[in-house]
Amino acid sequence: MAQAPTEVKPIVSRNQAVGWLRQMLLIRRFEERSAMLYQNQKIGGFCHLYSGQEAVAVGSIGVLREDDWVITAYRDHGHALARGMDPRAGMAEMLGKLPGCSRGKGGSMHFFDAEKGFMGGHAIVGSHIPLAAGMAFASKYRGEDRVCICFFGDGAMDQGSLHEAFNLASLWKLPVIYVVENNMMSMGTHLHRHSWTTDLTVRGGPAYGMPGILVDGNDIEEMATVTRQACNRARAGEGPTFIEAKTYRFRGHSMSDPMKYRTREELERAKERDPIVIFETILKERGWITEEQIDDMHEKIKQVIEEAIAFAEEAPEPPIETLYEDITVAPFIPQES
Amino acid sequence: MAVMQYREALRAAMTEEMERDDRVFLMGEEVAEYNGAYKVSQGMLDRFGPKRIIDTPISEEGFAGIGIGAAMVGLRPIVEFMTFSFSLVAFDQIVNNAANMRYMSGGQFAVPIVFRGNAGLAGSLGATHSHRPESLYSHFPGLIVMMPATPADAKGMLKSAIRSDDPIIFLEHENLLGDKGEVPDDTDFLVPIGQADVKRHGSDVTILTYSRSTITSLKAAEHLAENDGIDCEVVDLRTMRPLDMETILSSVVKTHRVVIVEEDLPYCGIGAAIADRVYHKVFDELDAPIRRVTSLDAPVPYAKSLEQHFLPTVEKIAAAVKEVCYR
Repeated sequence: MAQAPTEVKPIVSRNQAVGWLRQMLLIRRFEERSAMLYQNQKIGGFCHLYSGQEAVAVGSIGVLREDDWVITAYRDHGHALARGMDPRAGMAEMLGKLPGCSRGKGGSMHFFDAEKGFMGGHAIVGSHIPLAAGMAFASKYRGEDRVCICFFGDGAMDQGSLHEAFNLASLWKLPVIYVVENNMMSMGTHLHRHSWTTDLTVRGGPAYGMPGILVDGNDIEEMATVTRQACNRARAGEGPTFIEAKTYRFRGHSMSDPMKYRTREELERAKERDPIVIFETILKERGWITEEQIDDMHEKIKQVIEEAIAFAEEAPEPPIETLYEDITVAPFIPQES
Repeated sequence: MAVMQYREALRAAMTEEMERDDRVFLMGEEVAEYNGAYKVSQGMLDRFGPKRIIDTPISEEGFAGIGIGAAMVGLRPIVEFMTFSFSLVAFDQIVNNAANMRYMSGGQFAVPIVFRGNAGLAGSLGATHSHRPESLYSHFPGLIVMMPATPADAKGMLKSAIRSDDPIIFLEHENLLGDKGEVPDDTDFLVPIGQADVKRHGSDVTILTYSRSTITSLKAAEHLAENDGIDCEVVDLRTMRPLDMETILSSVVKTHRVVIVEEDLPYCGIGAAIADRVYHKVFDELDAPIRRVTSLDAPVPYAKSLEQHFLPTVEKIAAAVKEVCYR
């Protein structure tokens, strides 16, 4: 198991670093307001928040090319925003509105943005892991050097689809980067109760002939560094990489989770390692940002999210006839009578 | 026209489409070096090479998902299941990903993929290898389900399936693979999706059927014409979803009597859904209740003697036809 280098900092320019902080704050605020909207029953269904894990998505997606692909599981708001999705389209989707990123047909768990190469939002645990290999397969088939990065939680380590896809990705040297966001919980089941070893790099890396990289997922620059290495490897035709990003979610599994499986102390301890606070501190120490600039950024992001909510609230509901739209490319014939 | 086997017609369809479009490739267990478990892809590795004729490990969920992912970004995979019974291992991929992707993404993605392979009872393979998944897959909006009965249809339908922009479930029948028939040579010979075919014209009873049961039904129709003076019209449905209601109904309003013949199970088998739709549309046209000839409601047995009893036969079809004629 390789340890990510931590001493090589900074790895990006001041502008990019400040942009990453802004993205993390945007995601955090989006999630906080989503929680409120959910409690007010404006958002329905299942809603899984990304708070606490922001550095994983922002740091890794931040070093991709525009023509690469990003795919994730149902805790997808953070990855979509990190990939540049307009928060208005995300919020409208959550409210089930027509200008939502999936026209109101996907909801919180099924965000999509084809233009940004954001390939979803997939809600069956592990089901999207072969899809990522398929996109990487297409890249290789066409002789391109595009990569696909695929995120999932530690719970997905226990699905057969992951293990089939890992074997195939390595066998065929596909340009795919698999990132397990190990937030230590498979819904309400702690890692030590769902995995025979708590070192996931053992299960996902060398076992399938790919590097298994352990990284502190709350350290955005470490995330970026290891992802960049994995991208280089993939683009050079050397095959997939498995990254275990250790992190922690501050909210429940979903909004309907009473969180009885963990103590307040555990959560408070985790919050001491808030990835946003860590990065703010680093940037201040570097003299790249001031306290006042951070406060200003917080305020501006609040406004962006409030505007997104206002946009979503005012947006039209999808008309009834859209129910039969987007089912097939060919004209769809309902098999009703 | 050339006379060829059903399996050769399938191979011709794939070969022609792969020559026409380099986004098309074939992936599955033993399709390449083994030359196909049922020799459908025989010789294709030599012709197209390992980049486009791809052997996979026994990982149906994995390679079905890889096909779907590749289709989402513009390739046009043909995924072979050695038998469609094994597709049950990939059911989540087909149902949740292939069928739903376009809808869940609000129309941003298409999944132009063909899943193909044998379905039905091939003979003494027992319960695990003899599934008839047509009603399972026809259940889901987003999928198209096709089942050819003849070599010509095998070619023309598979070519249409490969050119389709939507996910196709293409169910072949192992016991038809060696059947021979005339097949058009035209590289643009296409049998349109959603179009049934009247394989025998008749005036007394409409037999609605598909795949191998079409062949059995045609034999039963000849038997009935010779022995009982009953003139059956045999409609080969060909596409199970979307169903060609126009052809079905125009036959029913002519004969006023319907027998549905299927290898599927009686309860929730696809004939149940077809009967429901016919009743809904033309109840007043019917002179007798619709009868269905199906497999029996049991897991598929191994013993030949039991299996023969299990399937629709000429005798069972003839009896059902006479029943709707009150004879």
